[in-house]
Amino acid sequence: MSKFKKKKTGELPAISTASLPDIVFMLLFFFMVATVMRENTLLIKNTLPFADQLEKLDKKDLVMYIYAGQPSERFQGQYGTESRIQLNDKFADVKDIAAFIAAERASKREELVPFLTTALKVDKDANMGLVGDIKQELRKVNALKINYTTKKGDVSEN
Amino acid sequence: MAKRAAPEVNAGSMADIAFLLLIFFLVTTTIETDTGINRKLPPIEDSEEDVIIKQKNIFTVLINGKDQLLVEDELMELKNLRKAAVEFLDNGGGTGDDACSYCKGKRNPSSSDNPDKAIISLKNERETTYSTYISVQNELVAAYNQLRDRRAMELYGITLTEMQANYDNVNWVGNKVSLKEKIEKIKLEYPQKLSEVQ
Repeated sequence: MSKFKKKKTGELPAISTASLPDIVFMLLFFFMVATVMRENTLLIKNTLPFADQLEKLDKKDLVMYIYAGQPSERFQGQYGTESRIQLNDKFADVKDIAAFIAAERASKREELVPFLTTALKVDKDANMGLVGDIKQELRKVNALKINYTTKKGDVSEN
Repeated sequence: MAKRAAPEVNAGSMADIAFLLLIFFLVTTTIETDTGINRKLPPIEDSEEDVIIKQKNIFTVLINGKDQLLVEDELMELKNLRKAAVEFLDNGGGTGDDACSYCKGKRNPSSSDNPDKAIISLKNERETTYSTYISVQNELVAAYNQLRDRRAMELYGITLTEMQANYDNVNWVGNKVSLKEKIEKIKLEYPQKLSEVQ
């Protein structure tokens, strides 16, 4: 009768999915922007320890990465379970560090060489003997600025 | 010629394509950690000159192969280390030239003279786990930061962490030269003297 009476069909209207692509694209762009393609394929276990007195490493191009830790499971047959150093996609020995630093320095502009920092990405279960050896080797080649890469968190989580 | 309407492209599968790309990026994304504790290694010097440091100005921290802490020849839990380090650094037991006007410690004559003379010596064994070593480093750095923040609060009413954030902030309005001087002054009052024994 009345003019304002609604039609009652009893069926639920279908939810419009027209904006679904927009939402997905939004997520897509976020991940595209946030993605950093890994430079090195990790051959080792690399769970970083936690610390809360952190400083940020800026100028990513001025950072040299040294990884250390136990070889991942598929390399354990070949390399054993003792912690090892990884430089640029390869397992390396302590004495290879000097050559690695020299190569990294040669690839940078000369005036930037004093600002190079070495980031030590060491697995939290590694022992200090290996880290001490790395540090001693870095001292020999005069690469004195180092950074122990850690995740943000409380030390009690270590 | 009969005018034909251009057929509309069906956009129904666009979501599927976008999902495909999304899943690819989701899987490949690794958020890289780029934070850590900055340290400076001592250079190798040819001339081995023995500097005489009074025993009371050295705070020895030893981590053994079983990840236990020995601080000043006493066994200590990690959670107490920060407090002990703060007490040592802030002791200010010196007299005369060595007196420390800004220290708030107990002024115990058998502990450190002033923060400039106080040295923390860290020693670890080859079997020490890296995570323990990082925890100890973190606690010691925290002790220094705590004292510096307190001093900055006293002098300028703002913590050192905030001052440094301001200094790095491009949009911060203020005199960066004087801010830098203030930061340097505080760092000089509580210098980070952390020595590692090989």
